[in-house]
Amino acid sequence: MTRRFSSFNMVSLTLGLAFLYLPIAILIIYSFNASRLVTVWGGWSLRWYAALLEDSAMLAAAWTTLRIALMSATAATVLGTMAALALTGRRRFHGRTLFAGMVYAPLVMPEVITGLSLLLLFVALDVDRGFWTVTIAHTTLTMCFVTVVVQSRLATFDRSLTEAAQDLGATPGRTFFLVTLPLIFPAIAAGWMLAFTLSIDDLVIASFTTGPGATTLPIRIYSEVRLGVKPEINAICTLMIATVAVGLTVVSLIGKRNAARRQRAAGAPL
Amino acid sequence: MSAGDQQRGGRLTVALPYLWLLAFFLVPFVIVLRISVSETVIAQPPYLPVLDWSQGLSGFYDFASALTLETYRLLASDTIYLLSYLKSVQVAALSTLMLLALGFPMAYAMARAPRRLQPVLVLLVILPFWTSFLIRIYAWINILQRDGLLNDVLMALGIISQPAAWLASDTAIYIGVVYSYLPFMVLPLYAALEKQDESFLEAAADLGCPRWRAFWLVTVPLAMRGVFAGCLLCFIPVVGEFVIPDLLGSSESLMIGQTLWTEFFGNKDWPLASALAVVLLMVLVVPLMIYERLQQRELDGARR
Repeated sequence: MTRRFSSFNMVSLTLGLAFLYLPIAILIIYSFNASRLVTVWGGWSLRWYAALLEDSAMLAAAWTTLRIALMSATAATVLGTMAALALTGRRRFHGRTLFAGMVYAPLVMPEVITGLSLLLLFVALDVDRGFWTVTIAHTTLTMCFVTVVVQSRLATFDRSLTEAAQDLGATPGRTFFLVTLPLIFPAIAAGWMLAFTLSIDDLVIASFTTGPGATTLPIRIYSEVRLGVKPEINAICTLMIATVAVGLTVVSLIGKRNAARRQRAAGAPL
Repeated sequence: MSAGDQQRGGRLTVALPYLWLLAFFLVPFVIVLRISVSETVIAQPPYLPVLDWSQGLSGFYDFASALTLETYRLLASDTIYLLSYLKSVQVAALSTLMLLALGFPMAYAMARAPRRLQPVLVLLVILPFWTSFLIRIYAWINILQRDGLLNDVLMALGIISQPAAWLASDTAIYIGVVYSYLPFMVLPLYAALEKQDESFLEAAADLGCPRWRAFWLVTVPLAMRGVFAGCLLCFIPVVGEFVIPDLLGSSESLMIGQTLWTEFFGNKDWPLASALAVVLLMVLVVPLMIYERLQQRELDGARR
């Protein structure tokens, strides 16, 4: 069968992608609008970015968000990778079904439920809410996404490689760090990146679990957006999109470099 | 490393994430359940009874006998809550259908695209998912507001003569939901369609089956798993959606996520908010279990 776009397929793809990208493109373009009126085009300008630098509350929120995202993404990557190894491993353990259930449920669980239940836990434990409680909440949510990403890589993983290492006398620990880890590293990096962006984005769970002094960027943006559209918000949104775009590029470059290295290693004479 | 160390290393890989999820995912639900059968009071924390372990067993007995189903009775007696649940399920069901109608042609076109283009197309669908949910909804406020772009375009085209109010309506909620969840629908559909063996279609064509019939008799049934996965991935979270209806919808009829949010943050009624969460979970338990079964089977299938 030939693989060419039929006109119907072409149209549905073009329309679908336009639907996905137009709103974001409009938002970015209007962040460079010189006019205060969001709907009137007054020429190109960076004034809203300059205004952001003056907004110390927004900057503080951005800094808090970034720290929470770095901490929770790292913790989530460690825990999520472990969970993925546990779920794909041959070792059977008690409560595996419950474990798998707890890993998959947060992916679709409405955020209001997760947020409320975590807050009530923190209240019951009588801990001060703020930076750490949001970090723990985000770790819990995002580790499940990391698990799914790493697990899908492990599922297609060639077992004979680890078996070969063990036949040659490597301990399971060495096998993991010398064979498995380098091979699944791109998936781990992608999982970290996903956890990082989910943490930066989250409004609902952060609103429930935060306390005084730990206002995150989405909470701040949300309270401004409720009052209406402002060009400064367009600017901060554009910056957030740019941050994620840079991060994604880095991750995909790591993936490419690893793939190239693997290919070279495979082609090298022994 | 000794054999004992290895044993311990393997056990730790299971135990650490397991305990974490028990502590921060499962135990919190038990607490929600417990607070939903408490009374609201103006205090810190704002509910009664509080379990007092210093009283020993009798303290526990006092605690247990003070629990009440009053909140659930309130939930059942006021139609506001019932209407809120119904609206949430309706919005979720309708928007899931719209997502399927929009996502299937896209996923189909992606799966039929030239092989070397497919990774790029997948990336193009995933990318918006990496940008903030809040930002994407905010982008639509820009477009849908009274003097926004949509009205400008429609008026320039002469379709409407006066700016229409798009925001604060159910239409805006549907636009927001379909826009935000489209990648969740397209990706599982694409995964199911892409795996299909094209020789089935060739066989059907050789046997004289017209292409549109082959589509309904071969392609669609084989993609059913993707259809289910995509629909559940959208339906379940949309039922509890808060941000989209809050920013784009009207304040007249609330979805259950908004009602829960208002009871919690506005009225500080923790037991009622907890009871709303418990009932919401019961509404979602069947779709959740089907989704879990699908995920498990996907995993076991990939492992074989």
